Amino acid sequence: MFKILEANELATNIFQMIVEAPRVADACLPGQFLIIRVDDEGERIPLTICDYNREKGTVEIVVQAIGAETYKLSKLKAGDELADVVGPLGKPSDLCEMSVEELKKKKIVFIAGGVGTAPVYPQAKYLKELGVDCDVIIGAKTKDLVILEDRFKEVCNLHITTDDGSYGRSGMVTKALQDLWDEGNKYDHCVAIGPMIMMKFVCKLTQELGIPTVVSMNPIMVDGTGMCGACRLTVGGKVQFACVDGPEFDGHKVDFDQAMNRMKLYKTEEGRLFLKAQEGDTHHGGCGNCE
Amino acid sequence: MDGFVRVPVREQDAKVRATNFEEVCLGYNKEEAEKEALRCLNCKNPQCVQGCPVSIDIPGFISKVKTGDVEGAYQTISKSSALPAVCGRVCPQESQCEGKCIRGIKGDAVSIGKLERYVADTARELGIKPEGAKEKKGKKVAVIGSGPSGLTCAGDLAKMGYDVTIFEALHEAGGVLVYGIPEFRLPKTAVVKKEIENVKSLGVKLETDVVIGKSVTIDELMEKEGFEAVFIGSGAGLPRFMNIPGEQAMGVFSANEFLTRSNLMKAFDENSRTPIMRPKKCVVVGGGNVAMDAARTALRLGAEVHVVYRRGEEELPARKEEVGHAKEEGIIFDLLTNPVEIHADENGWVKGITCIRMELGEPDESGRRSPVEVPGSEFEIECDAVIMSLGTSPNPLISSTTQGLEVNRRKCIVAQEDNGQTSKPGVFAGGDAVTGAATVILAMGAGKAAAKGIDEYLSK
Repeated sequence: MFKILEANELATNIFQMIVEAPRVADACLPGQFLIIRVDDEGERIPLTICDYNREKGTVEIVVQAIGAETYKLSKLKAGDELADVVGPLGKPSDLCEMSVEELKKKKIVFIAGGVGTAPVYPQAKYLKELGVDCDVIIGAKTKDLVILEDRFKEVCNLHITTDDGSYGRSGMVTKALQDLWDEGNKYDHCVAIGPMIMMKFVCKLTQELGIPTVVSMNPIMVDGTGMCGACRLTVGGKVQFACVDGPEFDGHKVDFDQAMNRMKLYKTEEGRLFLKAQEGDTHHGGCGNCE
Repeated sequence: MDGFVRVPVREQDAKVRATNFEEVCLGYNKEEAEKEALRCLNCKNPQCVQGCPVSIDIPGFISKVKTGDVEGAYQTISKSSALPAVCGRVCPQESQCEGKCIRGIKGDAVSIGKLERYVADTARELGIKPEGAKEKKGKKVAVIGSGPSGLTCAGDLAKMGYDVTIFEALHEAGGVLVYGIPEFRLPKTAVVKKEIENVKSLGVKLETDVVIGKSVTIDELMEKEGFEAVFIGSGAGLPRFMNIPGEQAMGVFSANEFLTRSNLMKAFDENSRTPIMRPKKCVVVGGGNVAMDAARTALRLGAEVHVVYRRGEEELPARKEEVGHAKEEGIIFDLLTNPVEIHADENGWVKGITCIRMELGEPDESGRRSPVEVPGSEFEIECDAVIMSLGTSPNPLISSTTQGLEVNRRKCIVAQEDNGQTSKPGVFAGGDAVTGAATVILAMGAGKAAAKGIDEYLSK
């Protein structure tokens, strides 16, 4: 069992937790992810790692309650335990392979969308610790959904944009990127993490601007260790497994339309389970919403 | 002619079992087992033992069954095998022990597998445990993977007195026994869990949720955590696909995914929180045991199932018993047939598959006649799901993170057959990680050989 030390709601439906998982904390690097199970009957859910503390043996996760399992997870409090935490999974970010000199020569921009803001944080923090500057664009629907702002400010040049213009710049992340580019920020390396649709459009723009772009893919997974093949994607015309070949890929080579389509695979069934979890004992299927 | 025919084993009726996940084979009772045991001639030079990858003293345990001494029979088997209830169910006995039985020359071979199962099941009901080590050696050995090879290796080492820890990547121990082989062939709670508990009762520690190569490396286990030897039994790897058009459509699964959802995550149960697609008409591509498992699982989830295999009936790599069971349950075999393209509807869901007829040509390197396409023979099968069961390619997690561990051209770990020794001192390997996808019992044989190899290495 893996103890939850802290649990907070960062924004509506977005939760942050600090969990004891010494092996993961000891080994993880920016770009990797983990899999948890809420309880003994739980589904295996892949989550990004937002931060880690090797001395304390803890990892920080940020999760949006969007399905039955994440909803159950969001109800847990400090002192509760998770049945399983396994990781780190996937390959570390390419940035971890580069020397400080190489990194310093680059002009790096991160583009973070929604809850995808969380996995960008350890990458920006990693660069900061090496003395490398970077820009981060955080995009959110509205002001209340902007997360981790204070922590980002300490590690990067932060640009916030909201779809409804309620905070920071106004519009989508693609607009913010274009504006920053036009303002003279000639980036030569982009990392985009967020909803697939966001990553798709960021890649479209960076292709036009000629900025090499890395994306972090989050397809459906089961085991997460290269056994089941559920997370397969087409990258550059070849089948790749997000769990062992990724999760980061060359965004200009990813077939996003196919990946987004595959995300629909269990939608109806998942929605049904989510309603069941939300409604608890009162769920009887009678209203027909779950059908 | 009593002696020539084996005592038949009771099975769930095919029509009934096609709709449930209960075990197909019901096993022998005491009377049936003792009657079948009497057919064993107790040969002086028993061929059956030579046919067994873990060299169980077969006539020895059968002679104890004859006298009703189940405990004695169980301890005899336990000297060689840590998982008798599993082996009695999933070993290909017809090509191993039973294939060599003298009785089989004129009539039926002794039903060794069913007798082994009877002994293991009865011992479990009676609460009989395997005998552990009398003295501890005070040396730590790490076993990577809790599948058949890892459990066998760990059990044998613990019996010799080593301090053994098994590291398992998934949340549950058992490897392919829990994620791969379905409930109706191998019950998880009643059989697999109990056999794992038996291994643990020998003093073996188990740490789940540890991915070796990610959470911790082999070098770290040896340098920082004090393990003096390591056995790698990490199993097969990434599922293979055909690379034909349409393979990314929704409704195309690897057999590994489909079976993992159903077996490990219990998605066959409506109350499971892990979803699974319940196809109406499903095509399973491949002819091995895994294909049979996937096909029979899909059938039980309510589908009409077609097995599409490019060679003929004779060449089906699956066990005869599995093919027979599948046919009885109503699975349709489209043999000498190969998929060409998968078609999706406008929403991206599978709606059909184009196949082509094949004929057998000259034998290839494997000795099997290689299938050749019959030009112009394409035809379509309407379906809403396709399950690819084409084997696996090795998982690079361990080989890519362990210094000095040699792999071969197929990326399998190189290990000596007789003792499991790899190119790295103190590191041994066996099972599918070395051979590529094979059988439970071969993996157990490799685990056993490696336990002996590790003991020799650490006794130097």
